[in-house]
Amino acid sequence: MTTVSSRPVERSAPSVQKTGPLAWSQKHLFNSVFNSVLTVVLVGVIGYALFNLFTWALTKAKWAVVTGTFSTMMSGLYPSGSYWRLWFILGMVLTLSGLSWGILARNQKKLFTTPPLVGIGLAALLLVLLPMTRPYLLYSLGLLALLAISAVVGQALGRKVPSAGTYISGGWFVSYFVMLYLLGGNTFTDSMLYTVVAQIGLGILAGWLLSTLITAATVTTWLGRLGLLALGYVVGYYVLGNVLYAPLVGLGLSYSIFLILMQIVGVLLGVLLIWVFSDAQTLQTIGRVALFLAGFVGVFALMGWLPKQLGLEFGLETVRTNNWGGLLLTLFLAISGISLCFPAGVLLALGRRSKLPLIRTFSVAYIELVRGVPLIAILFMGQVLIPLFLPEGMRPDSVVRAIVGLTIFSSAYLAENVRAGLQAVPQGQAEAAQSLGLNKPLTTSLIVLPQALKTAIPAIVGQFISLFQDTTLLGIVGLSELLGITQDLLASPKYLGTYAPAFVFIGAIYWVFCYGMSFGSRRIEEALNTDLR
Amino acid sequence: MAKHSTKPISGLRALFRDERFWQVAFQVIVAAVVFAVFSYLFGNLTRNLARRGTEFGFAFLKNPAGFDIGENMLGYSTANQDSYAKVIQAGVINSLRLIFVSVITATIVGIAAGVASFSDNWLVHKISRLYVGLIRNVPLLIQLIFWYSAVFLAAPQEANQFVLSAFNTNFLIFNNKSFRAIGPGLPGEIWVGLMLLGLAALLFGLLLNSINKLRQGRYAAGIAGVIGRLGSVAVIVAVVVADYFLLFSNSATDNLFFKGAAIALFTNPEGLWIVGLIALAIAYFVIGNVRTKAIVEQGQDGKALLGVMGAIALVGFLVFILAFNWNAPVIGETGRASGGLTMSIRYLAAVTALTFYTGAFIAEIVRAGIQSVSRGQWEAARSVGLSNGKAMRLVVFPQSLRVIIPPLNSEFANLAKNSSLAFAVGYPELYNLANTSLNQTGKPIEVFLVVMAVYLTLNLLISLNMNQLNQAVQFKER
Amino acid sequence: MTQSEMAAPMTPRNDVGSEAVIVAKDVNKWYDNGFHVLKGVSMNVYKGEVVVVMGPSGTGKTTINSTYNELEPYQEGSIEIDGVLIANDIKDIEVVRREVGMVFQQFNLFPHLTVLQNVTLAPIWVRRWPKAKAEEIAMRLLDRVGIAEQAYKFPGQMSGGQQQRVAIARSLAMQPKVMLFDEPTSALDPEMVREVLDVMRNLAKDGMTMVCVTHEVGFAREVADRVVLMDGGVLVEENTPDAFFNNPKEERSKAFLSQIL
Repeated sequence: MTTVSSRPVERSAPSVQKTGPLAWSQKHLFNSVFNSVLTVVLVGVIGYALFNLFTWALTKAKWAVVTGTFSTMMSGLYPSGSYWRLWFILGMVLTLSGLSWGILARNQKKLFTTPPLVGIGLAALLLVLLPMTRPYLLYSLGLLALLAISAVVGQALGRKVPSAGTYISGGWFVSYFVMLYLLGGNTFTDSMLYTVVAQIGLGILAGWLLSTLITAATVTTWLGRLGLLALGYVVGYYVLGNVLYAPLVGLGLSYSIFLILMQIVGVLLGVLLIWVFSDAQTLQTIGRVALFLAGFVGVFALMGWLPKQLGLEFGLETVRTNNWGGLLLTLFLAISGISLCFPAGVLLALGRRSKLPLIRTFSVAYIELVRGVPLIAILFMGQVLIPLFLPEGMRPDSVVRAIVGLTIFSSAYLAENVRAGLQAVPQGQAEAAQSLGLNKPLTTSLIVLPQALKTAIPAIVGQFISLFQDTTLLGIVGLSELLGITQDLLASPKYLGTYAPAFVFIGAIYWVFCYGMSFGSRRIEEALNTDLR
Repeated sequence: MAKHSTKPISGLRALFRDERFWQVAFQVIVAAVVFAVFSYLFGNLTRNLARRGTEFGFAFLKNPAGFDIGENMLGYSTANQDSYAKVIQAGVINSLRLIFVSVITATIVGIAAGVASFSDNWLVHKISRLYVGLIRNVPLLIQLIFWYSAVFLAAPQEANQFVLSAFNTNFLIFNNKSFRAIGPGLPGEIWVGLMLLGLAALLFGLLLNSINKLRQGRYAAGIAGVIGRLGSVAVIVAVVVADYFLLFSNSATDNLFFKGAAIALFTNPEGLWIVGLIALAIAYFVIGNVRTKAIVEQGQDGKALLGVMGAIALVGFLVFILAFNWNAPVIGETGRASGGLTMSIRYLAAVTALTFYTGAFIAEIVRAGIQSVSRGQWEAARSVGLSNGKAMRLVVFPQSLRVIIPPLNSEFANLAKNSSLAFAVGYPELYNLANTSLNQTGKPIEVFLVVMAVYLTLNLLISLNMNQLNQAVQFKER
Repeated sequence: MTQSEMAAPMTPRNDVGSEAVIVAKDVNKWYDNGFHVLKGVSMNVYKGEVVVVMGPSGTGKTTINSTYNELEPYQEGSIEIDGVLIANDIKDIEVVRREVGMVFQQFNLFPHLTVLQNVTLAPIWVRRWPKAKAEEIAMRLLDRVGIAEQAYKFPGQMSGGQQQRVAIARSLAMQPKVMLFDEPTSALDPEMVREVLDVMRNLAKDGMTMVCVTHEVGFAREVADRVVLMDGGVLVEENTPDAFFNNPKEERSKAFLSQIL
């Protein structure tokens, strides 16, 4: 039996919906006495500040320091005849970026949602406002269109080809060395910058290609045996030879007999190694390592030795690094620093968590030592001290020294960020992987690291942003990156004293890049999370 | 263990397949490689130094430095043939001056901006987000040079200096060379003494940490433990010695050009008042805790103790106002200003830039910390009757400290290191002076080692003390 | 029969193979802090047998299970898996880990890989099977545990019971000789326990050698060939399920059973 209340329920009229700007401002700006006062005061202050800012920007500011020096700020003293190389690099980077964006967004229905459209629109607007000459403006707008088109292509590719991501990563890797070559021109036989860096990169590529393409078991087994023989020979002949030289020859052994003896020792050592490591799988692994090394060394030989022999001249004019400047140099330093400090940081983080006491001590000592010292000290001392540690006559490029300094510094901080990510991976993951039979390196690279890096993305990108901002320190150490070149320009009589416009301009440039990076990192995080949800 | 595996393996092969062998061998290989690389580099170094004719040694510290360093608080001047050692110490004091002040101001700005991002006033919220988003993404060096060149240097010249005055006293005088305000007139050695006191307090934290470690025996077993214990003992000895010098050094001592904090404070009347103020502050906090205990445990209303605390505060306030020779800047006949609390433009620019830049990062840290406290805590606090402000102060903020302090640790360390950037505007802090010394003496390695040692010590002090603070705010969990 | 009464480990029942897959002799283990967690445990597991290990928490039953695939080292005694001694030999350890599969209480699926990738990862990288072969075998296994249609989902999108079944399939993909189960249903909601136990039951019927650490008495009674009680790091009693549950011999067994039955 239900009871019914005798008193009818009073219905009051529904409260008036308060919408509209008046209601909104009452709720958000004036909802208490304190807030009302605060709002009034702030509106007054901000209004005054903005008014002054706009009058200054439009009337008093001497923007000539920006309009007159735009190309110098962008690329330093880069010869204008070679500008096409810079445009090519820009085009290549934008194409790769568009493709990457498309591939990352392959699961989204609509590629050009509001934020990217707004971003592209803003970019186009900015380009129109910037003081560029007509053809450059057209190139820039064309590049923007290229970005959009390659994004569309990238999304299509991402959907059709499953391993598109790997190809694009390979593309990024190769593009760095293409960029290096285009920037520097024909200096393969000259500066240390190229003979080491470019050859290392291409060497890695060649070695990796060789070792993955040649997988026939018999070939690799025999190569493994050959490799062990060579290793034994080298160790026996060179290392043991150096060690035993003094005592044996001192005892009266003749030199030629000593040489023969050492060679026999080397061969015997090689045979011993073959006998010890005689099961097929080890030999095959060693064989593939040997292939990799062969490719690597081969590239060095080819690129260092062959051009000299053939007297070849590649057609690009040399542009030395002291002519690189402005935003170009800033971007180059940042990209190189970021690419190098990431693997170094990951290795350090793994080393710090290693169970082997020596490795852990080295890693901890390096990280704590580097994190305790200001970057400017490392950079400046690097410029001064590096030549002291190298043999007479070896004077590395100041750009190389700067990159080394930035990498040393950033890798220590990155190591801590990656370590935090590693700690967040549950112990059970490694246990499960080991119980499936995966060895330690496989467990780390396939299971632990991907999860750790995904967790650490915000911190890692934060460190990249820091590195980008830290390139400014090189301006006061003598390099002509964006800040340095601005200070040089402001010291010239023509633009003396016009600090505010110049700094507002380059401040805005840095802001765009840094904000763009943190925005991009948020999007990457979201993309990775939606992948897994 | 009996070895009866199915495949008989001979001794050497077994060795190569033994996990333990490779663990040791790998480390040996790594050690050998590292050693080889270091000896190569070091060999080159000694060869190059020998060729230059310079020898490694710190004797140059006694030589007179022939260059001017601008503002400093140790009274350095080339006229006295002051040595490099004094230059370095002046640089350290200048850096400390920058760091101590910036830490305080940046924390205030950061907490204000962080809390403001939770305001229900839309304008306040947006401004704080705008501030953080703008400042964090522009490099510190650019902001620093901007503040110096475009703001402070662009201030009116001395002839037209900006004067804020009322009631016949000048509160503020501001031109493009210096900034003067009404402030306490303490002799320089008291300011130095206060900074040294702060440094000594930080070192004391290191001492406590080592003593705790020894008492609790938190060491690994075996040899590593013995080395660890010896290390802690060494640290304790070093800290005691260092604290002794910081507190009691007389500038008559060789090589130390500052007056120890205790001596400076106790031999100056203002210093004695400062000591009195510190004692009053300690009494205030102790009585405050006693009062809280009395209210909570014994149900007293605490009014009497509140009265005592109020009296202490009043006395402290009076001391602060009357005992420190507050003086205002005055403009002499030539139009030059003098007196008052003076700060050079370089110092001011450095402090401003560091404050706002670090403040933006601290704001984010505070925001993340407050956000990390779950909504349930707010609701529970309100549901037992606490007001919004009390809920924030007693329930939410203490819990947010757990999340705030670790990143704050690295933020403070960053600030200490970023202080070296002040050299870009010519402020004579440690790195700047070390740089000049390096150029003058041609001894880059020694100077570099000194600079590294100072910054590493600062880093260590900050990190250790923040870690102890961290321990204090952790929950006691099972 | 108790440890002290046994001169030799139990002989297997008749329809179970007589070769011992796991031979553990007098295994002793100490933790780093000195705690003696395994005290002279000896146990044989024969081919095709299902052994259920029971006991109070923290008494070494998970630990002894973990020593069988070298997840945890042991200091004294010997353990042989299929004739291969677990020691410090790298190759032997690899062999043992391949031949022994383990299913964890917390599933431990790899969250950044799909279900199919989880199952094919080890066969591709450890046994070096080509991708097609690994995927074919993986799909068959997923079908066997009843979740073939979820192959392209991520672990985070599945229920606990489904995840545990994927974990079982993942271990089976390596075609192990013996499967170790570490409280596989303890972290599941009650309604999902049954689906996992069904899979394990079918596995036993197909002749897989299994060592299960579990509290599920019903499962032990139905499926186990032998029940082992571990308490305080010692193997207290070992018997057939009927004998163990209905007629426990040791005092500690009686105390334990009174708590769970």
